[in-house]
Parts: sequence; structure tokens; C-alpha cells
Amino acid sequence: MADLNINLNHGLELQNPVLTASGTFGYGLEFQDFIDLKRLGGFIVKGTTLKLREGNPYPRMAETPSGMLNAVGLQNKGVDYFIEHIYPRIQHIKTNILVNVSGSTVSDYVATAEKINELENIPGIELNISCPNVKEGGMAFGTSCVSAAEVVKAVRKVYHKHLMIKLSPNVTDIQGIALAAEAEGADSVSLINTLLGMAIDVRKRKPLLSTVTGGLSGACVKPVALRMVWQVAKVVKIPVVGLGGIMCATDAIEFLLAGASAVQIGTANFIDPGITLKVIDGILHYLDENGFKSVKEIIGLI
Amino acid sequence: MKKIIDFTVKENRQLNPDTFLLVVYSPEMPEIEPGQFVNIKVEHSPATFLRRPISVHNVDPDEGLLYLLIKIAGQGTATLSKIKAGEKLNIILPLGNHFSLPDTGKCLLVGGGVGIAPLLHLAKELKAKGVTPVVLIGTRTASDIVLKEEYEKYATVYYTTEDGSYGEKGYPTQHSLLKEKFDHLFCCGPEPMMKAVARYAYENKIECEVSLENKMACGIGACLCCVNDTKEGHKCVCIDGPVFNINDLKWQI
Repeated sequence: MADLNINLNHGLELQNPVLTASGTFGYGLEFQDFIDLKRLGGFIVKGTTLKLREGNPYPRMAETPSGMLNAVGLQNKGVDYFIEHIYPRIQHIKTNILVNVSGSTVSDYVATAEKINELENIPGIELNISCPNVKEGGMAFGTSCVSAAEVVKAVRKVYHKHLMIKLSPNVTDIQGIALAAEAEGADSVSLINTLLGMAIDVRKRKPLLSTVTGGLSGACVKPVALRMVWQVAKVVKIPVVGLGGIMCATDAIEFLLAGASAVQIGTANFIDPGITLKVIDGILHYLDENGFKSVKEIIGLI
Repeated sequence: MKKIIDFTVKENRQLNPDTFLLVVYSPEMPEIEPGQFVNIKVEHSPATFLRRPISVHNVDPDEGLLYLLIKIAGQGTATLSKIKAGEKLNIILPLGNHFSLPDTGKCLLVGGGVGIAPLLHLAKELKAKGVTPVVLIGTRTASDIVLKEEYEKYATVYYTTEDGSYGEKGYPTQHSLLKEKFDHLFCCGPEPMMKAVARYAYENKIECEVSLENKMACGIGACLCCVNDTKEGHKCVCIDGPVFNINDLKWQI
């Protein structure tokens, strides 16, 4: 049987390359009835901010061809609530649990990361500099090399474990931003976050989302995500984590071939809450069938 | 515990041009409380990316049967309406909270259109507890009334139609039955109707629960798309609902 083990550097060792994407997997507990969480390479919990966020008004979701738009707006109860009420319920789960950290100002990101740094069983954070659904920031940090560098640098000073930076696809130069994050000490980059999109109800002549625009995810974004992962993997030395429209094992293998060292499953969890384990089994089957001894052998073959 | 089960379609009965009754079977059928819902994967419908949440109409635990009363609202439900006996249907269930089942008092169940769906299971469970319910069904016209005899098995049933073609003319909140005193109200239907019922309940100090159907993606509390604004902030209709006590909502009634 092929070896699925992947080391993403700086203390983040995965038993297999399958993680879950933030915002699609709750706090993991929502999926306990469907899968054994221990089997995952890891999971990334819901975007967490310094203070409570109520998120955007309903409607927050619109189904689109082979995908969906969301405009949740980082609804969460804040980092202190996470530490007091959620962390104690998940810390015993024997897999890598990463916290997705979001903010509106550099000092918000820093303060949140500092608090998460104290949690023994959280081996890393994913810094979300790419949320398209928050007016006052989020994506703004991830769309210029200068601001991306600024926030990564500030967080790197206070966060001493694995620092993964989640990149926005809503940019003209994804390589430049990835390189800026790498230069400031990022341990890995994950991409892509959702693509900015919109949908209209022609009968009511109104947008389908309360915020007009939202983030597109699902099968439809896969070709764009794959292209960006391939471009970034060509230029950075740190590991790349690929996500965007992975619906099955074959999709995940495409990302590995394009240069991703690991993948995240997102929107597919909504349609099949058991999809992650099927992807892990499918990758293993592919490696065995094609005579590969380790998943590392197929990373970046393209 | 929630499960993902491949059910086998036993029967798909068209009840009127846009409403159908799906009866599906599985030996693994879990226990389901009145008001809970299921999330169905729609195959062979390229435009349907997400599952379709459907409220549970009735269950037959001994026979492993699940009854779903569905109105065609778009391509997903249109595809489901064509499924044939013997085909498989992948369903996640049971989902959401449920109606409370009072031990005493007079219960009125008000359903509008296909909103009557979850009220059959509720009426059956109330009758089994010895609390015979009264059901009030509101539709546009007589031909919209479906499965009348099923409701009449468990409850005294009254009707309103907007055109007066059956029962009393008008909306459920205009029915003469509401002059009687009730202790508990349960309601499912279009939002304007539920708000009118909630207003009546509020004015008459009656406990009232409504079942909401916000658009959702996951159905298990992970995506936070289906939120409703409540007095305690945004709550997910899929796990904190679909049943809400009107006192917890921020409806202007």
C-alpha cells in the first residue's frame, strides 16, 4: 500500500493529504455522525475573528450552475468563545486541527493569532487574507503584494507554529502574492478561496444575495483553481495546498499532479458529508494501481 | 444520529399537476420526530448542484417507509417528480429539530399549500398521545387540496380556499374556527400566512410554533447559509430549526 504521509513543514505532518476547507466543515463535530474524523489529514475550522461577527443578512446563498455563491460574512462568536467553548470539545480529536483566522485590521489578525498560538492541540493556523464577503477588509489584504506581506509579517512575529496563508483568486498576479507571503515567513499557502460572483432573480429583478456579490465555489471553479495552483507551485518553495471544486478523488489527484502537496475539500462536504474519506481511499487506490510507493511521487508531475 | 441512506422508491404518485407523493423504503430507516426534514440528492439533473431539503410528511417505522409530499418548485423537484418505483434515492436524515408534542390542551395545526406536509406526521403523533388535533388547511382552490382522507384519519379537518371553491372562502386566519379557544398552534406554509397566524396567536396568547424553509446548502449546521434572524442572533434553520417558537423570532407582528 502506498504511503500517503505528507510533511507540510514546521510541525504540520499529515497522515494523508486530505484536509477540509474552512467554512464548509463547521467545527468538525457536525460531521461526526458521517465520518471518523481521525482518518482525515486534518480539518480547518470556521473562520475565526477577534470579536463576535453576526455575518451578513439572509439570503446568503444562491445555487448556480455546478456551484454555489455564498455571502455568509464570517459569522462566528469570536476567538475567546472558540477557546472557551469549542476548543475543549474538539482538542482530543486525533488529527490536525487548524484554525482559519480572519480580520479587518492587521492588529485584529495579530491579536487572534496570538491567542490561538497558546492552544496546545492546534498545530497551525490558516490566515484568511482572501474572504470576499467582508466589506472592511479580508480580501483587501490578499489582493496586493504589499498588504499581503504586511499582514503575514505581523502575524509571523507572534505566531510560532505552522502558518498557512489562504490566497484569493480575485487578483491579476497570484504568483506575486504567493511569493510575498513566502518572503515574510509563511510555511505554506492554500488556494483558492472563492471567486467573486453574483446572481440575479429576473422575476423579482433583485440580486439573489443580500450583499449583491458573493463567493463562488463548487465544481465550476476547479479549472481556475487548478491553473492557479499550478502557477504558484512553479514559483514558491514552500508547500502549496490546493482547493477549489474538488468533488472526487480524481479532482484531488489533478491538484496533486499540478503541484499541490495537500488538498482541501470544501463545498463537496455539503453534498456528501462522507466525501473526504472517499477521496482519501481514491487517492490510495490510484497510487497502488499505478505503481507509486508514495503520494510524494506524483506531486507536481505536470 | 444522522445517516446517509440509499432508499428505494416504492411509489411516486402524482396528486395534481404540481404535487406528488414519494414513498421510499429502507430497512435502516431511523426514528424521525414530527417537523424534522431530510436532504435528498437529485441525480440526473445537471442544474441541481445541492441537495433538496424536504420536510417529512409521514413515516411507517414498522415497514421502513418514509413519505414525502413535494411540490414542484424548480428543476430539482421537477426531476424528483419523475423518479420511478425501484430507483434509488440518496437521503440524509433525520435533520433539524421538531415540533413540541403537548400532553394536554387543544391543538390547532394550520397548513398553507404544500406547507401541510409535516402536519400529517404531527397530527398522527398527537392523536397517538390522546390529544386529538384540529387541522386547518388553506389553499388557492379546491383542486389544490391533496390527501384529504389522510388528514381526516387523525384530526378534524377544516378548509379554506381563496376562491371559495371548497370550505370557507378566504385565508386560514379568516376561518370561523378561530373563534374557538385553542392552547397550542402549529403552522407551516408561505411566510405571509405564517406571520398572520403568528399575529393571531400572539393576540390571543396561544403558544405557537412555525416551520421555516430558508434556502440551505448543507442541512447539518456547517455552512451557516440558512440563518434566520432571531432574538438571540442568527440561528440556522437546519439545526436550530426548522421549527421555531414565534416568541424567539423577530417578526414584526
